[in-house]
Amino acid sequence: MWRDAFAVAGRDLRIEARSRVAVNQVVPFAFIVLLLFGFALDPDRGILQRVTPGLFWVTVLLSALVVVQRSFAIERSDGGRDALRVGGIDPAGVFLGKGAAILVVLLVLEVALLAAVAVLYGAPLAGWPLLVVSAVVTTVGIVAPGTIYGALASGLRVRETVLPLLFLPVVAPVMIGATRAFEAALEGSTGAGWRWCGLLAVFAASYTALGMLLFEPLLEES
Amino acid sequence: MEPVLTLRGVVAVLGRFPALAGVDLDVGAGSTVLLVGPNGAGKSTLLRLCAGLVGLTAGSATVLGHDLRTGRRELRRRVGYLGHANGLYDELTVEENVRFWARIARVPEPAAAADAALERLAVASRLRDLGVGRLSAGQRRRVALAAFVVRRPELWLLDEPHAGLDATARDDLDDLVREATAAGATVLVASHELERATALASRTVRLEGGVVVDVA
Repeated sequence: MWRDAFAVAGRDLRIEARSRVAVNQVVPFAFIVLLLFGFALDPDRGILQRVTPGLFWVTVLLSALVVVQRSFAIERSDGGRDALRVGGIDPAGVFLGKGAAILVVLLVLEVALLAAVAVLYGAPLAGWPLLVVSAVVTTVGIVAPGTIYGALASGLRVRETVLPLLFLPVVAPVMIGATRAFEAALEGSTGAGWRWCGLLAVFAASYTALGMLLFEPLLEES
Repeated sequence: MEPVLTLRGVVAVLGRFPALAGVDLDVGAGSTVLLVGPNGAGKSTLLRLCAGLVGLTAGSATVLGHDLRTGRRELRRRVGYLGHANGLYDELTVEENVRFWARIARVPEPAAAADAALERLAVASRLRDLGVGRLSAGQRRRVALAAFVVRRPELWLLDEPHAGLDATARDDLDDLVREATAAGATVLVASHELERATALASRTVRLEGGVVVDVA
């Protein structure tokens, strides 16, 4: 399983690096979303600073939709999905590999977005240990269901519109937990933040386990 | 001859369409079987079924000793399927594509095995560092064949393998098939290149309307 996961993650990241979709499309998209939030919520920096955690994670979530769809587009081109199935690859390895590649792309995006919210919204970045740990755990909590629903939707003709409908409601608890953890980190009240972080870790672990179990029927039937 | 493939009353329904409507077929080890028939006869579905890509609706099927209802995952490590698509990634180089499939197939020393496969398929050295997306259709098909043989399948399932290849590559493919069967592999090939494929085959199976109508 791990061997297949490393092979799939390496392949996806190499394809990503060559196609530069993340750099040329996802990062600009995320910056535009942040800017639009800035315009919509008045240039009053007080409001923007207060809602920075929520805006940050909504931006990450919208970007994740693009990254997940792109990840499964790789499998649809030139019979890639059939090739993977007949290659005898471990489905849990595909799940972990694709998830790991999406995770790396999103974490890099988050670093850029953190810098952007500091500059655009004047958000005071503080509580770094909680900020970093909650970002990683939240991102796993987004990636795991994203990879499951990405696989489910990729076999459908209406995949582009179905994925957000399936995925966004499921990650609502992650959005709540991530926003609270980020608020706690930025306000310096890390005790409550770590509790949210624990809940996020449970969600992320549950969906990762579920994905490892479900990916075989998902690859076969969708 | 030890049976590699045993199909009894195989029915495969795709959507509402019965692509296979009761196929009986036995194939022994080391043979090359040519599947012929008009478009929609069920040739591709039969190959995909044997690769474990299409589910069995009714009947029974054993491939390489694996029951197709219960042992598809184990079976897939032992079969190779080359359909109309190539299963290649445009952004990866020729070498990276073949190495990826060698790794997935757990081939020892995948880099060396990939080089050997590319050498065998006469893929020019100057092409190996190029992205597959920059190759012509014929060159892509050669790379797909290299990615196929690097996995060293015991059962070769080839759907129109000559399509898109030039005369030299077609000859190379025929030689590969002969080498594989001489080494004990079994080959099922669907082709409209009847003259060429018949020369390769030890048996010809004619399908029409999802059933076997003639075996010669």
